[in-house]
Amino acid sequence: MANLRDKVYKIRSKNAGPFTVTVDIFCRNQTNLKRILGLLDGDTLSYLYNVEKDRFEIFEIPDLNVIKISFPRTHIQGSRLDRDMHGAQFAELLNEMELPDNF
Amino acid sequence: MIRVLVPSGVLGLEFSKEALQRGLANNPDIIAIDGGSTDSGPYYLGTANSKYSRAVTSGEWKYLLAARETADIPLVIGSSGTCGTDQSVDWMVEITKNLLHTTKKDLRIGTIKSSLTRQQVVSALEANRLKPLKHAPVISEEIINDCMGIVALMGVEQIQETLARNADIIIAGRATDTASIAALPLMSGIPPGIAWHGAKVAECGALCSTNPLSGCVQVDFHEDYFEIEPLDPMAQCTPHTVSAHMLYENSDPFILYEPGGYLDVKNSIYEAVSDRKVRVSGGKWVPFPQYSVKIEGVRIAGYQTTSLTMIRNAHYVRSIHTWIEKLKQFLENSLAEKFGVDADTCHLDFRIIGSEATLGSLENRSSLTVEVGILGLITAETQELANEIAKHINPYLLHFPLSEKEELPTFSFPYSPAETERGPLYEFCLNHALELDDPLEIFKIEVFEANG
Repeated sequence: MANLRDKVYKIRSKNAGPFTVTVDIFCRNQTNLKRILGLLDGDTLSYLYNVEKDRFEIFEIPDLNVIKISFPRTHIQGSRLDRDMHGAQFAELLNEMELPDNF
Repeated sequence: MIRVLVPSGVLGLEFSKEALQRGLANNPDIIAIDGGSTDSGPYYLGTANSKYSRAVTSGEWKYLLAARETADIPLVIGSSGTCGTDQSVDWMVEITKNLLHTTKKDLRIGTIKSSLTRQQVVSALEANRLKPLKHAPVISEEIINDCMGIVALMGVEQIQETLARNADIIIAGRATDTASIAALPLMSGIPPGIAWHGAKVAECGALCSTNPLSGCVQVDFHEDYFEIEPLDPMAQCTPHTVSAHMLYENSDPFILYEPGGYLDVKNSIYEAVSDRKVRVSGGKWVPFPQYSVKIEGVRIAGYQTTSLTMIRNAHYVRSIHTWIEKLKQFLENSLAEKFGVDADTCHLDFRIIGSEATLGSLENRSSLTVEVGILGLITAETQELANEIAKHINPYLLHFPLSEKEELPTFSFPYSPAETERGPLYEFCLNHALELDDPLEIFKIEVFEANG
């Protein structure tokens, strides 16, 4: 079974200030971007990140073939329950997301 | 045309000295660099500390002061000393004076301070002049009064005022990443859509190029466009590297909020001028009717002591989750008797390194590892209590058995003492816009002779 990382150039995540995490998915081309966008509905993202589905913002940047996903941190950066000061490892959940067999 | 030389994304992170010299040879109008960020966490604002060492900061600043002297142009640093508090500005001024003490020529240092008192922020809350920004935490007078450090992020107006007072070196408190770069172009009549966009692209230095580590970039601001090129001959700016920078640490790839309005780059055009220089046009600036600045605040959310235990025994590694659960239950039950506190005010958090220490409950994979580390985080209302509890749990981290039938195990501590006092646990607690009648209203500007 393929993972999302096998189908894209790279996926990275980072803080966008102390209260928000932002993930950038660098797709290979427009077709690739559209297919991946189709997989990333609110339910899927909510399942991965345990954030309510209507709190995800999803942007499409066609010129760069990038999908950007921003969402509020469940634990504010650096607070007692936070585990990732820079928010950089959140990307791994999308990197490892398993794709349907027919993808 | 206004040419801005940006030596790197932040003072303290190195830049190529050769690239800086190449930049100077091109006769820039100003050197602008950023000095801070919240990215390394709340500790820095809580303590007014710098993330980068004084020696490294001073070493790099020395080069920039010399570059300024050679070119005889202003040098500006925004968000001095990581967090940009008033003390951080003083720290940077002291470093500067130490470096300038042999200079004969009189130089004018301008400082812009942006710390706020708790009372100022409480008054703003009462006057309904604080507006929550996206994902802002709920605030109250009590929370504001708990803050250890509060700063406002200046925009360009405060830097422009200091430039107008003929400061040669400007040491600014907390500022937006772009403000120190955008200030002079805007003051010189460059349209705001061009000035703010160019500043955003250059704010991390050569991160908008193919060789981020080279540091230096040069931005030329024109009436209808800006051009950006890296100053390391081996680095290239391409339409892709430049436009991709809008994604970086920004929740919206097309919109950038600044004091007084926002930049919209949805219709921007990125063109290659050469294989290493990019021309950008089309950025749009949308002013807000009400001027406001973002504020940041940090409070103490307890005191921490940590410990680290290593477990290599295969039986315990296999059963690590059960072991932690039992241990935690046992220790939490003992808190009331030993210390008169409970698990609601005193938190025992054990993170299994090798399993889910990074992602916690979001982790969706499991695999057996050779060994695990147990990072214990003890958070209590006082440091003394956190230390006491850490000492109390120490023998159990060393010897706690999985079941009553087993012999007492003994695990590994990598150092002595096994506990490490971490001090206060700081927490970001403000993400608000503060409305101002005048952009200079809360910022304290001074211009003085460096040798005076």
